[in-house]
Amino acid sequence: MAEMRRSALAAVLCTAISLAGCRRGQDATGGGAFAPQGSVPGAPPSMQLVADVSRGEWQMPAGDYGGLRYSTLDRITTTNVMNLHVVTTFATGVARGHEGQPLVFGNTMYVVTPFPNNLIAVDLTKPGGAVKWIYEPHPDQRAVGIACCDVVNRGAAYGDHKIIYSLLDATVVAVDIDSGQEAWRTKVGDINRGETFTAAPIVVRDHVLVGNSGGELGVRGYVAALDVKTGKEVWRAYNTGPDSDVKIGPRFKAFYPKDQGADLGVHSWPSDQWKLGGSTAWGWISYDPTTNLFFYGTGNPGVWNPDLRPGDNKWSSSIIARDADTGEARWAYQVTAHDSWDYDEIMENILIDMDYGGRRRKLLVHPGRTGFVYVLDRETGELLSAETFQPTNWASGYDLKTGKPNEDPAKHTHFGTVTQGICPSSTGAKDVIPSAFSPRTGLLYIPAHNTCMDYEGIEANYIAGTPYLGADVRMYPGPGGYQGELVAWDVAHNRKAWGVKDPKFPIYSGVLATAGDLVFYGTMDGWFKAVDARTGSELWKFHTASGIVANPVTYLGPDGKQYVVVYSGIGGWMGAVAFPDISADDPYAALGVVGAMKDIKKYTAAGDTVYVFAL
Amino acid sequence: MSLPSSARRAAFCAAAVYAVLVTASLRAAARPPLRICADPNNLPFSNAHREGFENKIAELLARDLERPLAYFWSPQRRGFVRTTLEAGRCDVIIGVPVGYRLVQPTRAYYRSSYVFVSRRDRHLGVRSFDDPKLKALSIAIQITGDDYNNPPAAQALAARQLVENLRGYTVYGDYAKPDPQREIVDAVADRRVDVAVVWGPLAGYYGRRATAPLDIVPVDAASENPALRFAFDIAMGVRRDDRAMLESLDAFIVRRHAAIRRILTDYGVPLR
Repeated sequence: MAEMRRSALAAVLCTAISLAGCRRGQDATGGGAFAPQGSVPGAPPSMQLVADVSRGEWQMPAGDYGGLRYSTLDRITTTNVMNLHVVTTFATGVARGHEGQPLVFGNTMYVVTPFPNNLIAVDLTKPGGAVKWIYEPHPDQRAVGIACCDVVNRGAAYGDHKIIYSLLDATVVAVDIDSGQEAWRTKVGDINRGETFTAAPIVVRDHVLVGNSGGELGVRGYVAALDVKTGKEVWRAYNTGPDSDVKIGPRFKAFYPKDQGADLGVHSWPSDQWKLGGSTAWGWISYDPTTNLFFYGTGNPGVWNPDLRPGDNKWSSSIIARDADTGEARWAYQVTAHDSWDYDEIMENILIDMDYGGRRRKLLVHPGRTGFVYVLDRETGELLSAETFQPTNWASGYDLKTGKPNEDPAKHTHFGTVTQGICPSSTGAKDVIPSAFSPRTGLLYIPAHNTCMDYEGIEANYIAGTPYLGADVRMYPGPGGYQGELVAWDVAHNRKAWGVKDPKFPIYSGVLATAGDLVFYGTMDGWFKAVDARTGSELWKFHTASGIVANPVTYLGPDGKQYVVVYSGIGGWMGAVAFPDISADDPYAALGVVGAMKDIKKYTAAGDTVYVFAL
Repeated sequence: MSLPSSARRAAFCAAAVYAVLVTASLRAAARPPLRICADPNNLPFSNAHREGFENKIAELLARDLERPLAYFWSPQRRGFVRTTLEAGRCDVIIGVPVGYRLVQPTRAYYRSSYVFVSRRDRHLGVRSFDDPKLKALSIAIQITGDDYNNPPAAQALAARQLVENLRGYTVYGDYAKPDPQREIVDAVADRRVDVAVVWGPLAGYYGRRATAPLDIVPVDAASENPALRFAFDIAMGVRRDDRAMLESLDAFIVRRHAAIRRILTDYGVPLR
């Protein structure tokens, strides 16, 4: 009886909402699925959005072009979130690391699984995760042996009535949003050369922008643009090599002298090492519609020990701004030159226009693997601030005049030399897992790790029949008695506002911020949590079946209710330690992360569940 | 009965041999297979056509243990041990260096080293990284792509400020080809590089197939760091708790030492 009353009430409410004209379906057809660019309700006038943010649907990987992972939905609030409960769960059928997030369009949710990268369309008008169709692309099985760190996928994009995403075998596919039929399929990279694709593409006007992964295998990084209608490659911009390959031309203006000069992608490497120079683009891409520029970060310089590649090794570990139509580079800022620590800088770049340092600025905020939050002027590439958000000792700070870090030479790594206590470890103070930004609070919510590492001499290793010598890397929890922290970063004041610490594991789930002043995130031992966006107070939590390394999203259902979705399936580089086939008693396995993750098997196991929550 | 004694003896022998073979194969068929973890496209070590020297050693081993032979194929990349041996999909890796931490190595069954490969008609005679000739040469080396991990030549050249001379060839090569690792040796024969520093078994095997005669000279130990070694003892690898398999393989290596050595020599593996 109670159940019946509740659904009757819901129906009445639903009708009321429909009459009020805020049904999500109408939003979508009227182009109103996004709150318009500019301000959002409740945000101070000093804060302007670069692009429309997500309202009722979730149409791109980060929810919006600016990378905010913020939704204007406010039906779930700080005062009612304690009533949040599971309404649907369903399995994807692939119990590997579930990074990424679904898309929600109209009455359908689209879920990309880890390898074999199936696309599942779920009908939201029916209860119980009703499957409309499943598209199975059958990528090349050999890609599994080549991917460095689990077989994850970071989600799909939408364009031209298609769901578009990468397959692990370096192919991009487009699938008709209604029929589930493949519209086109383009092999962009080559797994035979070690390339894999794990990143989520974004669609900008007529182009699908996608970057490659595989920096550990001698791959040369690039971003490619595909025609959204045909999948045909339109241009490709490399991250190493001569200016012509990097698409550096007369309109390129790096802010700092260190990043200026001809063909730095060649000359900052010995001989032709740039050809195997890594610097892949396996993270997130953001886009500013007002300037038509897109922004992304590059991975560490590939393959070579630091001793072997004297020079800055451009454009590794850099933030690059490019024209979205031509791929032409406008500026680049190298975050760390000549990386010694495996600090990829492929992290998300959040775009906001706000009052900063006394005047209105067009900002790019980049929470770095290095432990620093970088605030740049995204028109010029000038570094405005770099402050640490986790224990960091490889550098004491940044010189804003030169854009260079003040590095501690004692924390550099050299072959055969023992270097202890480098913080953060190679996994960084955060990894590819993305932050969220609330325009209402002005806070950036960063999923952070606190791990340090030792380089302990030389060990014999073995690959493809060939013995070689390498560094023993051992990672372990950093100072302070915790391993993970959700950090709320006050962008305007370049300081941490508050943090919620996790004593046991790194925070390796993405974050969602909502207009209900809630912040959602998950933990590696399976808790899904909502905290107060202003204080960090925990308001609600639910224990899911597996560890969470995915990014929560929110949408308005066909019934007018607000839903929150997250995948529960441990995996990824750090999370893969939870799999039974990785030995937790070997601190050097899984590239050293076992030392930091040795307890994970006690708390969780592989999973493949999509959780949908509502009030 | 009317057969001459020599013929009788031959017939008896043949029957006996036949009986032994039948018994052995029957016994082998009845036993659980010997499951080898191997790369399907990694000559001269192994491939799916069973043409590598590790395939031949595996066949010798299976015959010796009177067990049928089975393979679990997987590209030998990062995670190979985890997804094959450790996952229980197979029980033996035929070649691993002694001291490789991810497995329990058996006793070593051969020792080889990195070698300098150059065209014979160049008469370079390089045998040490301290040879001043190297300063004027382009030097191909193998790279693994695993962060901070490279074959020892890379480090020896870095210590001598010879990084400008380096040309990198990944140990994976182009996996679409039947001989992914061949290119570094061909690069010497084709004069694309002056000299290559290559793991001995690769150089020995592809050196014989090169389009020009090549000199293959073992690398002398580097002076600057005793840990920087160029010769490696190679053993088989089993799971760390698989004592029974370890003992059985150790015994095989002692018992069939000469036969193993013949296989290695046939494939041109430079032995030290």
